[in-house]
Amino acid sequence: MPLRDWTKAIGDWFELRLGLSSTLSEVAAHPVPRSSASWWYVFGSATFVIFIMQIVTGICLATVYTPSAEGAWSSLIYLNYTQPLGWYLRALHGWGSDFMVGLMFVHMAQVYLFGAYKYPRELTWVAGCVLLLCTLGMAFTGQVLRFDQDAYWGLGIGASIVGRFPFVGFKLVHLILGGPIIAAETLSRFFALHVFVIPGILIGFVALHLFLVLKLGINEYPMPGRIVTREHYLQDYERTVTGDGEPFFPFAAQKDMVFAGIIILALLVVAAISGPFGPNGQPDPTIIKTVPRPDFFFLWLFAVFALLPPWSETFLMLVGPPIVIALLFALPFISGTGEKSWRRRPISVVIVILAFTTIGTLTWLGTFSPWSPKMEAWSEAPTPVDYVKGRTPLELQGAILIQSKQCRNCHALGGEGGMRGPALDDVATRLTPDQIVRQIIQGGGNMPAYGKNLSPAEVNAIVAFLNTMHPRSELGARNSVKPEQPISDVDSHHSPAQ
Amino acid sequence: MDEIVNNKDSGAEESTSRRTFLLRLAVFLNAIAIALFAIPVIGYVLSPARRIEWLRWIPIGNLSDFPENETRLAEYVNPFRKPWDGETSKIPCWVRRESGDNFTIFAINCTHLGCPVRWFAESGLFMCPCHGGVYYADGREASGPPPRPLYRYQHKVEAGRLWVRAGELPTLGQPQA
Repeated sequence: MPLRDWTKAIGDWFELRLGLSSTLSEVAAHPVPRSSASWWYVFGSATFVIFIMQIVTGICLATVYTPSAEGAWSSLIYLNYTQPLGWYLRALHGWGSDFMVGLMFVHMAQVYLFGAYKYPRELTWVAGCVLLLCTLGMAFTGQVLRFDQDAYWGLGIGASIVGRFPFVGFKLVHLILGGPIIAAETLSRFFALHVFVIPGILIGFVALHLFLVLKLGINEYPMPGRIVTREHYLQDYERTVTGDGEPFFPFAAQKDMVFAGIIILALLVVAAISGPFGPNGQPDPTIIKTVPRPDFFFLWLFAVFALLPPWSETFLMLVGPPIVIALLFALPFISGTGEKSWRRRPISVVIVILAFTTIGTLTWLGTFSPWSPKMEAWSEAPTPVDYVKGRTPLELQGAILIQSKQCRNCHALGGEGGMRGPALDDVATRLTPDQIVRQIIQGGGNMPAYGKNLSPAEVNAIVAFLNTMHPRSELGARNSVKPEQPISDVDSHHSPAQ
Repeated sequence: MDEIVNNKDSGAEESTSRRTFLLRLAVFLNAIAIALFAIPVIGYVLSPARRIEWLRWIPIGNLSDFPENETRLAEYVNPFRKPWDGETSKIPCWVRRESGDNFTIFAINCTHLGCPVRWFAESGLFMCPCHGGVYYADGREASGPPPRPLYRYQHKVEAGRLWVRAGELPTLGQPQA
């Protein structure tokens, strides 16, 4: 029997028992509005394709990764350097998570702007919100499984947030950590979440999400003025797909497939060029020379925690996320009918622009975190040569103290150093010597008081040096007293009389 | 299912047919079975939160390890250590010896969000690398977002050794001191 007949015979054998081909061809051929075969409609399927890839790479990694606090870090190193192609699968999985979160947000923005969540697709949106939370949950738990210093201290941050809950805070901390402190159970617990619990929920809700898309049909491309009402929408949609519809496959699916192909190729290339994420230093909490940072998609939250006014912090940390999540879920019930087109929904456009610029700006701030002291600046960032040329011995002594007293951790000189406090390059134009003395000794405006840690002689030297920090063309700030009436030692040191 | 049974009931005017009895028995048995299954599962999952007391006295070094007027990094082994904890069983803390037997022992965790604070002896400050929290040598908050001074451990000097009472991650919900 020729090969073709063999294939047909095998196909028929299965078809007789499964009877799937009619269902599948029905699904493939279901009519979609001609207008919705748009390049704007490709992000959901691309997110789905990345999810499938995450499952494949995740299972592969799980065959080598050791989910124990003792062995996790070394198994990651083994994956990176010894296991053939381990580095590449780790890179695919890590970059895949960034791709998935990114595509998901774009998909969500598109669905929101195109009013696709409105009647009768409310449940599709709600399922999508569950998928959003699960995907972010996967991103966070995945970061924990990369069990390095960032993971360890990231867990500490998570526990500290939860610990702020009144009354039950410490119980919740123990529940999350699986014990009183970050240890073996903590990693095992996050492993179970990352590979069993959350993926299980994800797969279930992806199925529901897709089923609803098939059942209710793909959202038509919104036209300004076409109002969604509960009375007419279903008939209108039916008319659109029967009158002006096209079969989903290949008419709409081909664009999805082209875009998904591009995304997969992009992921393959990016992962190959950039390699895997970490692991950074081993998760030994006694190595405290560490600057923990979350992964890219949580940097904005990291920034929020630094920038919230302290008095509002606990309240906003605990109440803010539930409110935002509740609003997301409630959206289709708040505006379930009416205009779909973003051209007639200016507020929705403003919301999307605001959300993306806010999160983008916070992420950008998170990448260099100006609020944190630069822990090594005092020993790593040298005093610029120009700032020590032609200075007196006392002023030079001050320059040395600026380094050794760790002032540079918060104050930049010549563009190097912390950004927690103002740069000192032209401090003399802003503060008089007396004001500098006061600021150093008493602190204030976020600066600690150094009164106990500096001798008067040291303060004198520092002020003498800082008093030279002004452009040649601009005089330093002065008190409004006559030069012959010096008001302090510091002033007299610099007065022309000497 | 209920509906079918009820229809039959009303139609046949039977108070307890064999069918309704079996169905009720099935529901009853499975409700008990599910409860008996759920209790151990939920108890297992919630077990870390059931225990209240998680502190033990642990030695962290000889007195001679800690010079007076200095703040030194010390470490202890988590008293609830398991062999597969790996490096995470080592917990650091800051020991400040004012004089003689006068110690203050700070947890490593920033009171803002738990990052490891670092001691800078020259400026006499603890600085946090995450969100810019700064504390004075005595643990008071000096700058940034921390809502309270550094957490302290209970401690005692016994037989020439320094002991701390520890074993739990200090958070605002359960500060040790």
